[in-house]
Amino acid sequence: MLISYREALNQAMREEMQRDPRVFLIGEEVGYYQGAFKVSKGFVEEFGVERVLDTPITEAGFTGLAIGAAMAGLRPIVELMTFNFGILALDQIVNNAAKIRYMSGGQLSAPMVIRGPGSAAHQLAAQHSQSLEAWFCHVPGLKVIAPATPSDAKGLLKSAIRDENPVIFIEGQLLYGTKGEVADHDYTLPIGKAAVTRTGSDVTIVSYSKMALLALEAAEALSKEGINAEVIDLRTLKPLDTDTLLESVKKTGRVVIVEEGWEFCGLGAQIAETIYSTGFDLLDGPIVRVAGEEVPMPYARPLEDLAIPDLARVISAVKDIL
Amino acid sequence: MVKNTLEHNSNKNDFLTLYRDMLLIRRFEEKSAEMYALAKIAGFLHLYIGQEAVAVGCMHAIRPDDYVIASYRDHGHCLAKGSDPKKVMAELFGKATGLCKGKGGSMHLIDVERHFMGGYAIVGGHLPLAVGLAFASRYRKEDRVVLCFFGDGAVPSGHTHEAFNLAALWKLPVIFVCENNRYGMGTPVEREMLLYKDIAERARAHGIEAEQVDGMDVLAVKELTSRVVNKMRKEPQPFFIEASTYRFMGHSMSDPAHGHYRTKEEVGEARKQDPLIFLKTRILQEGLATEADFKQMDKDVIKTVTESVKFADESPFPGPDALHEDVSVE
Repeated sequence: MLISYREALNQAMREEMQRDPRVFLIGEEVGYYQGAFKVSKGFVEEFGVERVLDTPITEAGFTGLAIGAAMAGLRPIVELMTFNFGILALDQIVNNAAKIRYMSGGQLSAPMVIRGPGSAAHQLAAQHSQSLEAWFCHVPGLKVIAPATPSDAKGLLKSAIRDENPVIFIEGQLLYGTKGEVADHDYTLPIGKAAVTRTGSDVTIVSYSKMALLALEAAEALSKEGINAEVIDLRTLKPLDTDTLLESVKKTGRVVIVEEGWEFCGLGAQIAETIYSTGFDLLDGPIVRVAGEEVPMPYARPLEDLAIPDLARVISAVKDIL
Repeated sequence: MVKNTLEHNSNKNDFLTLYRDMLLIRRFEEKSAEMYALAKIAGFLHLYIGQEAVAVGCMHAIRPDDYVIASYRDHGHCLAKGSDPKKVMAELFGKATGLCKGKGGSMHLIDVERHFMGGYAIVGGHLPLAVGLAFASRYRKEDRVVLCFFGDGAVPSGHTHEAFNLAALWKLPVIFVCENNRYGMGTPVEREMLLYKDIAERARAHGIEAEQVDGMDVLAVKELTSRVVNKMRKEPQPFFIEASTYRFMGHSMSDPAHGHYRTKEEVGEARKQDPLIFLKTRILQEGLATEADFKQMDKDVIKTVTESVKFADESPFPGPDALHEDVSVE
């Protein structure tokens, strides 16, 4: 069936809440408002206020509460209205959720999902337009997922909810309305497995979330000029699917990494390092990165457009290394 | 002197158990300091000496399946919840036989079997976790309560107030036990908050019922906590206890008992309120035990502590394979 990314997430959570009474949803406006992005539409009616909890605007407090509940055996889904507000909960996520397994010598764990939109939407300015995935990827004990399509969003969210670890699930704020084919049956997708969304032989474009769609668009445009690009959508950012990356580089020998986040210490730096250190001999030239500009996100539309990778930049990067 | 035999026996056992539990913490902590000096224990070591009555009094008011969570000054709470001193000492030594296989250390003692959910070292950061444990209890329709210990230093923190608000709003069964030892590290409470004289007011401002108690009087602590817990099991809602207490040692092993922020005279004066002496005097007055009994008890406790050190010392360090174990659930 053809459904939106938003509906896919809604289905994933609904099915998991129907399956497992330990699963509950907590966050700002997830109940009667049905989610700031309407992802939890119909949840209060179906599951009641005991399992769909509207919170005050206190990210550290309710994220910490969810971690405590997870430690006690429940399966919370925390919705952050956006990951920008996750910064307020960072101490809880990093110091408690990510570390409790290790600090306790394996006695405790925090099986939970912390989800919500990341990256820029349209003109939301500096404090609402950040791509912070690299921050979370840096922390041992966390898994990080950033799906680009409705099908991946559903299958991976279901896996994340069933996972025994804290999972950071970053949705594309501009992807909620995008549609795609999603299987009717109950399915999950494996965490840690990238998708080759287009096969090619000249260059590998590595990306994730909204930028993975841009990479596909760039590959289509390049094909008209006789350049055959392979596109990898990472889907899971941590653990990184090194095998799929190397398999592709073996074929193409050239890599362009596209990400929306800031370049310095961004995720692309890690992806490049992983390829250099494990597949240097497979490369025919240096890896090129296309990333967000090193500026707080400006409000003005022309400036915002300049700050985020676009089709022209991706195409030009590919051409530069061929 | 004739007394109601039943009541007398019950009191006697109770008083002596309270005393022995406090004594175990006292002797354990003294030994820990000694082991730190011998470099058997490293890192930060925050001793509980002086505050024993708070953990012990509270713990005697709850059930084994009730959750307890604490700050980094957590040895006393862990022992009072019933953890094996051997495993606690081994954890301080960083040994594979420790409660957390040597991965947690002094500030992160955790004993899930005893529902001791841990010591946490970000001031105020564990209060939301406590509220989450209470949430889980209510979600599963259990009557378990949560005891959450923290110092006065955690009171102004944002985490604390977010936790208070959620616990009050959702009527969750958590007792916030503020151990007001008058210093947040080296900063006196009057330089931490303008309204320092009645810390419980902070909780009341969120709609949480609160009471102050003499944290040096283990009987008073136990009595108040019992009253609160009994009510809470039937009618879940949070409660705040401010226990006035005093730490006789430095903030950690890195500063002396008094330091530059308080005087020797002040510490000396506080030591006159020693919770162990307080209870011992009461027991002697009531004729529930003799000096000889106390001597024997001390001997027994010292033996337990000595054995814990022997166990810790003889235990192996975690092997290199342990480094990458338990980062995630596989």
